[in-house]
Amino acid sequence: MTMAPPLMSPSDPMLGVDPEHGTSLWRGAWRRLRRNPVAILGALLVLAFVLIAVFASALAPYAANSREWASEVTLTSVPGPREGNLLGIDRYGSDLYSQLLYGARQSLIIGVVSTLLGLVVGAMLGILAGGLGAKVDMVVMRIVDILLSIPSLLLAVSIVAVLGQNRYAVMIAIASAQVPVFARLLRGTMLSQARSDYVLAATSLGLRRRTIVMGHVLPNSLGPTIVQATLNLSTAVIEVAALSFLGLGESDPAVAEWGRMLVAAQDRFASSPQLALWPGLAIAVSALGFTLLGEALREALDPKGRR
Amino acid sequence: MTERRRETAEEASSKPDSTNDQLLVVRGLKVHFPIKHGILFDRTVGAVQAVDGVDLDVPRGRTFGLVGESGCGKSTLGRAILRLVEPTAGNVRFDGVDVASLQGEKLRSMRRRMQMVFQDPLASLNPRQSVETIISEPLRAHGIEYSKKNRVREVLDLVGLPASAATRFPHEFSGGQRQRIGIARAVALEPELIIADEPVSALDVSIQAQIINLLEELQERLGLTYLVIAHDLAVVRHISEEIAVMYLGGIVEQTDSEQLYLTPRHPYTIALMSAVPVPDPAIEDHRQRILLSGDLPSPANPPSGCRFHTRCPYRQETRCDTERPELRLISPGHRVACHYAEEIVAGTVTPKVDAALPV
Repeated sequence: MTMAPPLMSPSDPMLGVDPEHGTSLWRGAWRRLRRNPVAILGALLVLAFVLIAVFASALAPYAANSREWASEVTLTSVPGPREGNLLGIDRYGSDLYSQLLYGARQSLIIGVVSTLLGLVVGAMLGILAGGLGAKVDMVVMRIVDILLSIPSLLLAVSIVAVLGQNRYAVMIAIASAQVPVFARLLRGTMLSQARSDYVLAATSLGLRRRTIVMGHVLPNSLGPTIVQATLNLSTAVIEVAALSFLGLGESDPAVAEWGRMLVAAQDRFASSPQLALWPGLAIAVSALGFTLLGEALREALDPKGRR
Repeated sequence: MTERRRETAEEASSKPDSTNDQLLVVRGLKVHFPIKHGILFDRTVGAVQAVDGVDLDVPRGRTFGLVGESGCGKSTLGRAILRLVEPTAGNVRFDGVDVASLQGEKLRSMRRRMQMVFQDPLASLNPRQSVETIISEPLRAHGIEYSKKNRVREVLDLVGLPASAATRFPHEFSGGQRQRIGIARAVALEPELIIADEPVSALDVSIQAQIINLLEELQERLGLTYLVIAHDLAVVRHISEEIAVMYLGGIVEQTDSEQLYLTPRHPYTIALMSAVPVPDPAIEDHRQRILLSGDLPSPANPPSGCRFHTRCPYRQETRCDTERPELRLISPGHRVACHYAEEIVAGTVTPKVDAALPV
């Protein structure tokens, strides 16, 4: 073929990167993510949160809810920071620092599991609605609309009330508030992707509908949903605390819980503000980590950011 | 295979109006998009008549051009032929098979034989697939036996891309190269018909010629039949043997490309041709340009009678606004949908003075 023009001219900016393999969109996003300081900060916060949760028993100087210093707690005051107790003693007589470390475990497990649950169920509904045609779409989206019309905390409270007070109920409660968000988001992206030229091309090539939905439409629609899942992790961490603050969280008193620590701090807030400060800060910082990571992910996956 | 193709090509040139060597026969094709209104229940209040009664014969092994201004329904026509939009009425026969009535698996396997090349090469390629996947996926879908590496390399070579392109992704290529990928994907299935919807209008002028040459070369090597949809008269004239001119959902004139450019007969085509500059100053000085007044009418509410009568400089008092002209044969191989085609040739019907302006 003599009429072929010179290809891949040396001025091609992508040439220098990797002569053997092209750069897929995911790989490009990963490269942008690694260069983004916001992403690094978010990742570090999340990493610290995860490490603390996993290694809480090794990091914490004392057991959770040991109540070793219960005799020192009086009606009006608790012992503050001192030798051996870095952050002082909580109102039940346990080491506040150890409680805080163990609390990360609860927030992380419930937060991650409930978000994953919400993501999986929501994504399945979204794929059904976005991939199976107008009638299925109509039915699924009306169900989702009903779910969405109930305020999320109210929904969570009712689910815990029905299922009883345990961590699984909390997970289901938080997840069910997230399902409609993921379902709508994924459906919307899939429907808009389904109108694009490459889907038309796939149809004209004679690909099966299943291949088109799962192999073309879905992979191109996942970006916003993944971003939303990361952002939702922060909401979930806050909701875990909110539910236990309302007394609907973990029922086992031996388990350390940031939300419950806030409740306990309430009546001594004036004399011992550190009791509320530290768990509050822990909730805020861990949520911030997920938010920063999610925002950076959004930037990295945004097709407009592609050069 | 090639022997048979050559034979049919000879047949085609000797008897242009015979129907047995037509690869694609379209009769009375209509595509209407309903306009819906309503809060709870959608009522159909009208229809955009994008394609409204089109007859088309595409001879095997030839290139058929379809021109018209944007919004005239030419892209919809191309997509309806491939069943990418559902035709409202009419039938499409591809090599004797009625495509418009095919369903499910039969339609899917039929798609292998007719492919499409898109206007925007980047949008028509899945951004998450490597070139290798883009080319080999349709082969797999149709259960075609192939050795992946070899076939992909073969097809890439055919369209003038290096084998190293296989591992790359669409966004890493230039516009012309992307269009080559789109063409490679189409020819990998060894189709008989390729519908090219504005194949070069998104490309640099310098690249357009390369892609057109590639299409012509592929036609020669693979015995392809093309239906090329474009708004660019020069492009269509260059590659097509037969050209149909479309206006507001219908074909107004159809003939071979030489005749169309030398002796256009429909007032719309005459106006179009008068806009093409002639590279000869002597002729150019005396060229009459016919300016069409007004915009393309809405296909949701097309004019009565002849679709073109609202803008036609040759418009007559009778028939034009009441009776829709049929596409009829006025001379061998030349079809025109105008009541007064003969009178215009004879000079008894002339354009209104204000419509014709000296350049």
